[in-house]
Amino acid sequence: MNSLESKDLNLYYGDFHALKNITMSMKKNEVTAFIGPSGCGKSTYLRCFNRMNDLIDNVRITGEVLVDGVDIYQKNILVDDLRKHVGMVFQKPNPFPKSIFENVAYGLRVNGSKDKKLIEERVEVSLKQAALWDEVKDKLKKSAFELSGGQQQRLCIARALAIEPSVLLMDEPASALDPISTAKIEELIYELKNDYTIVIVTHNMQQAGRVSDYTAFFYLGELVEFRKTKNLFTSPKDTRTQNYVTGRFG
Amino acid sequence: MSHLDNELGRIRTKVNEMWDLVEFQVRSGQEALVKGDKTLAEKIIKRGKKVNEYDLKIDQLCENLLALFNPLAVDLRLILAILKINSNLERIGDTAEGIAGLILEANAPLEKDLMEMSRVLEMYDGALLMLSEVKRAFVEEDTQLAKLVMRQDKTLNKIHRNTDRVIIDYLKLHADNIDQSLKVGGIIRKLERIGDHVTNIAEEIVFYVDAKVVKHKPKPWKEKKRKADFQDDPNNKGEETDQENAL
Repeated sequence: MNSLESKDLNLYYGDFHALKNITMSMKKNEVTAFIGPSGCGKSTYLRCFNRMNDLIDNVRITGEVLVDGVDIYQKNILVDDLRKHVGMVFQKPNPFPKSIFENVAYGLRVNGSKDKKLIEERVEVSLKQAALWDEVKDKLKKSAFELSGGQQQRLCIARALAIEPSVLLMDEPASALDPISTAKIEELIYELKNDYTIVIVTHNMQQAGRVSDYTAFFYLGELVEFRKTKNLFTSPKDTRTQNYVTGRFG
Repeated sequence: MSHLDNELGRIRTKVNEMWDLVEFQVRSGQEALVKGDKTLAEKIIKRGKKVNEYDLKIDQLCENLLALFNPLAVDLRLILAILKINSNLERIGDTAEGIAGLILEANAPLEKDLMEMSRVLEMYDGALLMLSEVKRAFVEEDTQLAKLVMRQDKTLNKIHRNTDRVIIDYLKLHADNIDQSLKVGGIIRKLERIGDHVTNIAEEIVFYVDAKVVKHKPKPWKEKKRKADFQDDPNNKGEETDQENAL
């Protein structure tokens, strides 16, 4: 079953044609990696799935973007509701200036949850899912800023998971982390795919190879190739993909 | 040229040098056999040490490249293919040494009749042609040539299959020459193995260039012959069984 899908998607920043006729679908409970050189449109495409591009001036979108079969650019779609289903983790950890506990509980409170016991349970489950519980269970009241960069990123993942989305979008989630923290995030992605559909943008091809089931290569706003990861990295069909993954681009 | 291309070029150069050494061993084996030249046979065996050094060096270069450059796509396939080509070349070298050992043990130059009947020199020509053509296929990344080399192995296999019968026929006429007959039988078996190793190398070239796995798969020319045999067989009563479906 397809969880995320786009049909003939075009996106313009003013006159600049950033995404060109992107048609692709991502399966439920699979990890899909987007790779490509800077400026190729992979992050722009990722942000289409939770309408983050709506926040940018002069953006125009044509075509369809579907999450679990629903066109999310229809007028009756509430963006806040959409983002409950589609969580996002960014390149740099961005914890709120609150305690570890309150960071994870934030989404629940914003969505109107007042049941203290339920919130406590969700915080614990989310921190466990993010493989952070054992490291923070004795200091939940401490500021999130006291955590290391890798811990902060896992806290942001826990915060995204707390509202129980079905999709998790990750925009270079480990690019600012050291190798040990990176390995933890990658291990986490591997664990989380049992329950979530995950899309990850990465510049690290080895990381794409390790964590994803499918990989899409973007170039100059086009989707060049989208295949099973092991096939894309061993026998790419398109010369542009071959040149990119072998480091012979340009 | 990028750093990675330089490193890949370095490994290719080493493989080509090793190929030359191994080709020398096989070619010299033919000469030593014809002339009964034991000095040359000893030289072939000594050259084996150099081949082993290349084997180790190429393995090490490939390991380093895998660890340091994380090659992908065609580069990854090239390195995986080279690791196997290296191993097959080393075994061809070992086999050539084995033949040289048999030549050293022979008490006199081989009888001309025996060489003609057994077609051992024809076998040598076939193995040498395969070895040089497969090298060209590797250097020029020519998969058509690699596939042609795979077909050439048929000739070696055919001669090898007839060896026992030919040697028995020869012994009926020359019962006093058992030692040489057995040695020629041994040489033919080893040349047949060389053909198999060269075929393995050709399969790796197809994998590297075309990203296609052809090893352990029915070869088109074998399939064609099998179907022709099936149609010619008066005992066949119906459709062929689809092997995959049967499984």
